[in-house]
Formats: sequence, structure tokens, C-alpha cells
Amino acid sequence: MTEHHLSTPLSEEDVRMLEAGDVVFLSGVIYSARDKAHALIRRAGTPVSLQGSALYHCGPLIQEGRVLSAGPTTSSRMARYTDEMLEMGVRAIIGKGGLPPEPFRGRAVYLAYPGGCGAAAARKLEVLAVHLSELGMAESLWTFRAKDFGPLIVAIDSQGRNLYQEARE
Amino acid sequence: MRERVVEATVQALQKAETSLPDWVLQRIRDAAARESRPLARQHLQFMLENVAIAGQERLPLCQDTGLPIFQVRMGRELKLDFDLQEAIADGVRKATRLVPLRPNAVHPQSRCNSQDNTGLRMPDIIMDYEAGGSLSITAFPKGAGSENMSLVAMLNPADDPFDFIVESVRERAANACPPLFLGIGLGGSFDLSARLAKHALLDMDGKKEDEEEQALLQRINRLGIGPMGLGGDTTALGLRIKKAYCHTASLPVAINFQCWANRKATEVIL
Repeated sequence: MTEHHLSTPLSEEDVRMLEAGDVVFLSGVIYSARDKAHALIRRAGTPVSLQGSALYHCGPLIQEGRVLSAGPTTSSRMARYTDEMLEMGVRAIIGKGGLPPEPFRGRAVYLAYPGGCGAAAARKLEVLAVHLSELGMAESLWTFRAKDFGPLIVAIDSQGRNLYQEARE
Repeated sequence: MRERVVEATVQALQKAETSLPDWVLQRIRDAAARESRPLARQHLQFMLENVAIAGQERLPLCQDTGLPIFQVRMGRELKLDFDLQEAIADGVRKATRLVPLRPNAVHPQSRCNSQDNTGLRMPDIIMDYEAGGSLSITAFPKGAGSENMSLVAMLNPADDPFDFIVESVRERAANACPPLFLGIGLGGSFDLSARLAKHALLDMDGKKEDEEEQALLQRINRLGIGPMGLGGDTTALGLRIKKAYCHTASLPVAINFQCWANRKATEVIL
């Protein structure tokens, strides 16, 4: 259980050294996206560059540009988009509940943030910008500046290890 | 009186969103003390820390402030000269601005968001009648993560419902923000089983599980799913079973999943 402090943009080397069970604290720019933003990106392309990015499955509670609560949403609803997000350069998907591990192999990781811990997350995130705001608060693509955002548990690593599967067996 | 109902709704939501009942916190603390896996223990401690932050800052502990579900307990002697559904809806609209709540309620097809957490048949109000002239409102905001994992199954009477429950929890728990509270409805009809399961969650108040519930809870915790599905001894923190007679050819089972953030607050009006 090694602890890593990383910053975005993430390189392939950054994510390949992470092993399932490691804990990451992430700084730099991260993007939130959930159901509607994924569907819109598939249809119309991404409004931000996702090269080396961390994509957070999160529908935050925001008031006047301030993050009030911002824990993860269930990733499995976005499973159908994993491949194309990783093709666009996403190196880390942050969420809860896990995803099928195959698309991550050799190039990306899945990081789990403790579900329900939105108030704690809000202390580590600051709003930089918002895209796709026509989708509403929860569904917009928010650009956050993260400062030591974590604990993020490496739940699926780039070697194919999957802590969720191990726990179910 | 209408104004008191509106205010009680706001108060109950405010409290439910920014804190957890003492008995829920106690169960998380007890589980953290028992938990043998360091990662699982750290998760439970982080959850407690998060609740403390939410309390200090008076902010929703989870960004999913839920779908507005209420239980109203009302005395049979009480007569109201206003529309209770509308009064509680007004309270929800006010709480959405004040707490604040994330606007979550959408039309099921257009997915158009009302922006105030109300809409067709929303808030959902569960009425329970009792003797006398009392009136209380319990806010039970229900997040989608755990509600989405809930299910009703019409089993064959020859099936073992507890095996079915354990296997369903194995498959679904990780997405529902474990450690879980599980409301089980056993018997009745298709929809009665679901109502029993919801009532089982509403009734939970920290009282120890009976023998049958304890045995099922232990089986579930032996699965090793753990906090957030990442492995550990703590998969469920509480479980209640409510039963009803069913048709001789039926065995309905409903499982209402509730995440660790078992948010619930009651305001007594009368």
C-alpha cells in the first residue's frame, strides 16, 4: 500500500507504476463528467483536451462557483464510454463501484474515492471553469483545481488487477 | 399550521443532509473498531471524518442530496384544511435554495430537471396513521447509488429467499456505497414487498436485529465485500426484515439498499 502524490497531466509512466491497493493524492486540473456529458461528448466531441487527464465521475453540488459537496457517482453507468474516454487520452478515471478492467490495461487506472464523502472532497476542489452548463449542475463538465485530492484508492491498475473482483470472489 | 409543515420540512431536510443519526454513527464506529483490514478501517474513519466536516460547515455530507422521500405520521383525529403534499413540496423547494440541495428531480423520459426537486408525484410521501392527534415529518432523502441497486424479485416458493438476498448483495453492493443498511420485504405482492422493504429502512432506529436478521447480516458480512466494495469485514451495518402473507404460489422478495450515509431526521409538529 504505497502512497503517491501525483499531479495532472498524468503520463503513461505515472499510471503504469501504480498498483492495486496503492493510495493516490492528486493535484492539478481534473474534470467532472457523468451520464449526459459522456453522451454529449460522444455526439459532439469534447470541449476540453483530455490528454493526460483525470476524469471524475461526479455530479457536484455547487453554489455561486463554490464547491459545497463533490463525492463520486456510480461509475458503472458510464461503462459504455470507457474505451473512447481512454482513447481521448484520459489516464485516470475517478469514481466509485468500479468498471470492467479490460480497457485500462497498459494505459490507465481506475481510482476509487470513498462514496458519500462529498463534504471532505469539497475542501480539496476549486472550480476553474464549467462546460456543457446547459446540462445542469449535476451533469455539467466542471473543471476543478484539485489540491492533494484523496484518498484515491487504485482499485483497477494497468496490469489488470481489480480489487472489486477480488472482494466478490 | 401549513407554515409549520413547510418549516418542519425544511428543518428535517437540513438536519438529514448535514448529519447522521447517532445510532448510525455508533454502528460505523463499532465496525471501525472491529474491522481487520487496514484499508477498510481507513474508509470507515474517513466516512466519520466527512460527517464531522459536514456538521461543522453545515454542508450536505454527500453531493447526492437524494430524491425527497418523506414519512408522515399523522393522528387519525387530526384534520388538515390544506393540501399536505403541496405544503411539503413548498418545504422541499425552500430547502433546495437554503440547505442547498442539488436539483435532482427530472422527468423520466425528457430527463428535464425541475430545478427544485419537485415534480409529478414528487416529493414521495409515505403516510402512516396512528391514534390521537399527532403530526410528525421524517425526511429520508434517498441517493440514487443505493436506490439503483434495489430490486423486487418474484421467486419460486421452492427457492431460498435468503440465498437470493446474499447473492444479490454480492453482485450489487459495491455500487451502493457499502457498508449498507438493508431493508428486506418478504412476502405480500409485487408492490407490497417493495413497500415493506422501504418501511424496514424507515423503521430502523438502532435497535438490535432479531435472531433471524442477525444470522442474515452475518452471512452478508462474511462475503468480504467491505467498505466501498474494496474488501473487508464490514459489508452491512444493519438489516431489517418485514413480512406479509403472500399467495400460496408466490414468494415476492424486495431488497431496498441504503448506503452507509443513512440520512434520516424527524420533526415533530404536534
